[in-house]
Amino acid sequence: MTYTAWIILTASLVGLSCGLIGVFLILRKMAMMADAISHTVLLGIVVAFIITQELTGVHMLIGAIIAGLLTALFVQWLNSLDVQQEAAIGIVFTTLFAIGVILIEAFVGNAHLDVQHALMGEITFIPWNRITLPIVGSIPKAAAILTLVFFVVLLFIIAFYKEWKITTFDPGLAASVGIPVLFMHYLFMSLVSITTVASFDAVGAIMVVAMLITPAASAYLWTDRLHMMLVISGLFGVASAVIGYFIAAWIDTSISGSMAFATGLIFLASYLLSPKHGLLAKYLKPEETFE
Amino acid sequence: MWSILLNSNTQWVLLSTAILGIAAGTIGSLAYWKRQSLMSDALAHAALPGVIIAFLLFKVKHLFVLITGAAISAVIGAFFIQGIRSSTRIKEDTAMGMILSIFYGFGIMLLTIANRTSGNQSGLNNFILGQSASMVQSDVWTMSILAILVVSIVVIGFKEWKIYLFDRQFASGLGLPLKGMDVVYTILLVTTIVVGIQAVGVILIAALLIIPAVSARYWTHSFQAMVIISALFGGASGTIGTLISAIGNGWPTGPFIVVLAASFFIISLIFGKEKGILVQYWQMKRHKKQEIIQSIPTSVLKKEVQ
Repeated sequence: MTYTAWIILTASLVGLSCGLIGVFLILRKMAMMADAISHTVLLGIVVAFIITQELTGVHMLIGAIIAGLLTALFVQWLNSLDVQQEAAIGIVFTTLFAIGVILIEAFVGNAHLDVQHALMGEITFIPWNRITLPIVGSIPKAAAILTLVFFVVLLFIIAFYKEWKITTFDPGLAASVGIPVLFMHYLFMSLVSITTVASFDAVGAIMVVAMLITPAASAYLWTDRLHMMLVISGLFGVASAVIGYFIAAWIDTSISGSMAFATGLIFLASYLLSPKHGLLAKYLKPEETFE
Repeated sequence: MWSILLNSNTQWVLLSTAILGIAAGTIGSLAYWKRQSLMSDALAHAALPGVIIAFLLFKVKHLFVLITGAAISAVIGAFFIQGIRSSTRIKEDTAMGMILSIFYGFGIMLLTIANRTSGNQSGLNNFILGQSASMVQSDVWTMSILAILVVSIVVIGFKEWKIYLFDRQFASGLGLPLKGMDVVYTILLVTTIVVGIQAVGVILIAALLIIPAVSARYWTHSFQAMVIISALFGGASGTIGTLISAIGNGWPTGPFIVVLAASFFIISLIFGKEKGILVQYWQMKRHKKQEIIQSIPTSVLKKEVQ
């Protein structure tokens, strides 16, 4: 496959995984938690690197899961100590992120791990960093990891579809029928973390938030059914990745930035055109809004 | 280290980050009680494209020009968040996350273009994680004057702000212009954020608004004292953080300021005299002891006395 094709494929995998996870993020009203985790996985990656001196996929994934779970735990803990949820999130992620940046700047800083990269992603390098797998042959490492993460996410969503649905829409009911709500919460946080860290290389810490939240929010304007929302959100994610790539190629700028921008364009289109919640629909059929 | 301290430019920069910290601590206390801690984070990220557009349009790096752009773009971001929240079924936190990341992504697009057309020398990258070493005399002045202005507006109308925050009904009964105060509050918040982005950076400036205010709560129940303590924590974090980052070569300032603020938070969380962990633990122990004493039948106690 050509260089461009690999980049578009990698970016699409980011869009797909983030789109699926994002649906549950916004339905569980945890959008800002995703923002927090996307920052704190940096610390997980740095610490994993300091311990192992390697930047391979598995260590990074483990570091990221630990960092993500710690973020969720700290926020929960501060919240139990009577700190507002919002403020708790704000304290935890800025602090852990700052520690991560300092560790990179002061101790680690090298060609493989720098702050710029962490913040903006470096998708243009992805096709060069390859591994050889049986059957498929030599493919970019990031694409391999993202494929793996996509299947893990898909597997967990399908396997526990009913449980996710109930814990998301009615946690009280979920608890009363014996679903381990807290366990599901932390399992979900782990999924968010691995999706984030796998996407990290491609889009960086902050743009991954755009990929996680915006396609799902756009899909939320098109449908009321959970499975449809998952499909639409995944498609929007892929579409953002592809559109973003071509915008970046067209005006010669950052691919990850353009992808985040493209999620915004898709949201804008949804906001205007969605049949039920769109501005145009409200304008054309204003009486319906009063029903 | 002393040679850095004795450098007069450093002294000015330290002074300005101290004032910035004080302003951030003050406005942060207001934001905490308006439950808008993360709004400041969203607005800070949303400021990035404004900085770059201002630079691309005017081709100058004068701080005042850049932060005017930043303020405009942050306010547009705030309008979008408000618009999405009120006209769709999307919740506020989702709207904030969206605007934060889309604006930031747009900012990175523009930044890449700016760096390409004017070389990496533009120094605009410093606005992401903050770089107090890049500040020149005029930046120091701009920052200090605006920050002092913000603090003064809060101090002058302190009684009104307090009523506005804690009892809106009473405030409207008194005839306070609530809508007007909402606007002024937003202007103060945005000003504090954009003033801080050169020293602390768009990613972490929110921490300077959030952390000192929460830390201050562990020392007092009074709002006035909370604002003062929060301002002190903010000022100290700003100064010491800047100083430490100045020791390293090209270290970004923002992360150090945030870690300092977090240290004050941890100290407050453990030792704070209102609801600090130690105090609560001690109170609980004393409470238990009393319970044990009270649970002993009075007849036993009487016997002992006899």
